[in-house]
Amino acid sequence: MPFRYLEDVATADAAFEATGETIEEMFLAAAAATVNVMVEHPEEVEGGEEISFELEQEDLEMLLFDFLQEIIYLKDARRLLLLVEAVDIDMKATPIRLSARSRGETIDAQRRRLLTDVKAVTLHRFGIRRDDRGWTATVVLDV
Amino acid sequence: MTLPSAIRKISDTVWEIPVTYKPGMLVPARIYCTEGLLGRMDEGVFEQVTNVACLPGIINYAFCMPDGHWGYGFPIGGMAAMDPETGVISPGGIGFDINCGMRLVLTSLTYDEVKPELPRLVDALFSRIPSGVGSTGFVRISRDEFRLVAEMGSRWCKRNGYAWQEDLEMTEEGGCFSGADASAVSEKAVERGFDQIGTLGSGNHYLEIQVAKPENIHDEETARAFGFTLPNQVAIMFHCGSRGFGHQVATDYLKLFLGVCGKKYGIRVNDRELSCAPFRAPEGQDYFAAMKCAVNMAFANRQVILHRIREVFSSIFHRSPEDLGMRMVYDVAHNTAKLERHMVKGKKREILVHRKGATRALAPGMEGLPDCYRETGQPVIIGGSMETGSYLLAGLPGGEETFYTTAHGSGRAMSRHQAKKLFRGQKIQREMEERGIHVRTASWGALAEEAGPAYKNIDEVVEATELAGLSKRVIRLVPIGNIKG
Repeated sequence: MPFRYLEDVATADAAFEATGETIEEMFLAAAAATVNVMVEHPEEVEGGEEISFELEQEDLEMLLFDFLQEIIYLKDARRLLLLVEAVDIDMKATPIRLSARSRGETIDAQRRRLLTDVKAVTLHRFGIRRDDRGWTATVVLDV
Repeated sequence: MTLPSAIRKISDTVWEIPVTYKPGMLVPARIYCTEGLLGRMDEGVFEQVTNVACLPGIINYAFCMPDGHWGYGFPIGGMAAMDPETGVISPGGIGFDINCGMRLVLTSLTYDEVKPELPRLVDALFSRIPSGVGSTGFVRISRDEFRLVAEMGSRWCKRNGYAWQEDLEMTEEGGCFSGADASAVSEKAVERGFDQIGTLGSGNHYLEIQVAKPENIHDEETARAFGFTLPNQVAIMFHCGSRGFGHQVATDYLKLFLGVCGKKYGIRVNDRELSCAPFRAPEGQDYFAAMKCAVNMAFANRQVILHRIREVFSSIFHRSPEDLGMRMVYDVAHNTAKLERHMVKGKKREILVHRKGATRALAPGMEGLPDCYRETGQPVIIGGSMETGSYLLAGLPGGEETFYTTAHGSGRAMSRHQAKKLFRGQKIQREMEERGIHVRTASWGALAEEAGPAYKNIDEVVEATELAGLSKRVIRLVPIGNIKG
């Protein structure tokens, strides 16, 4: 997944930049970057349970905020590490609509190398930009 | 690091940025630290503390403590008092981990008595006090019962056999902020936290077994009053907060305030993380009531952890916790907002004090102190890096200008990512073991992130608070056992 952690943005926390040719790819990359703060090799996350969720927001940035926040919520409320497999975003809808399909693996310290718990998505330097190559999100997580 | 050119020296430990520095500043910003620490502060501190100075209703100054570094909205180490009638409340002035705080517990054991049992002790604490990603606690309660915990804090623990009466007296505000209202809290927040009572969490949260060596006692009389009466006496210090519950409360209200701050109340903020509402507005009051729930959950969380610590010590030493002298020194929050009475322009009045990575430090004789600390001032617990040690301080009369607020920790000097590249968890554990510090961790990566060199020098931070007259050193405590979330 195309994401990279940023060294100089968050001394106490975790910051990353996620990219994609499409908005959906960028959202998937941001999801993987978030889960990768909590567990090594998020691409290996597996599990029988399929978790689907839908979100609506007026604004694309806040839709990404809610989307990442949902991953953090499910980590605590359902004890699940999510591998988000597909995201559909309907930009034409008002409000903008997202539907996500993912697989959830129950957190098990014996099975995975767990890293650091994520508390929240912050709005510090939070943003989405678009250029010739596609979409980029900058996110700082409070850990 | 370039200092803002407008910064001027008020004294050896107070630096001021005037209101002319940035449009919209209502009061100057004051940073409490030595020249050495100031030179190493990141630029985010100056940017953020001057943003705070623009918030409506701010009284006197926007403050930053010696351990300041950039945060979200407020800097970490930030403090601002607001006029409750004309001012705002902002989640950015409290932090996502509401009532993250420190607790210090005594034992009547000495290092020589604990040393042979140390590996067993640390292993047992590690297995009995869950830590790390996704951990849940042993207290099994319904969501409705959890709402009671949120409204009652440590009082719920007392009622359910997890607290001694004196524990409540040794906790800031008796372990319960009054006015907590669980109806102001979302279902999502309850879902995230109802099974997490008694868990340490992750990141910079830890539990340590520490020793008060005779050569590290700075003020013998106060140390004695705080319960340190034996040479090489062992104590337990831990650092954690309101877990997923508090994180969700903060997120919910950050989003709510983002919607109403400008649109409904016409308040312009320089940073979305400073989104706020007038304190007396319905949204402000709802957040205050919900935040208090998270404060109380954190007090309960630390109380249940203390209960577990007492069980573990009791089972290993085959003596009751009472016989082992396992009394609390104090529990103090460092991420809160609270209505307190202070002198403002010669008059005592109620103000709303935001502390974000900053600790209340009452001076001797002040209201709110337990009777046993009336002569000494409030114990202040300052966590250092897991390799270097921590401090027990006491509040001083000089704290009047900062509304009796001091530092909270040493503050990071290196990013987590960089620390993980430079250090290896297993190697750190081995090296600490060789130095007599027994470590257990939920994650090697997380251990590497918390390596000693990733933090600022705590000695410099506490010395600065003492020079500034905010708090004085009583004991430097060194670790012999560490549990890392």
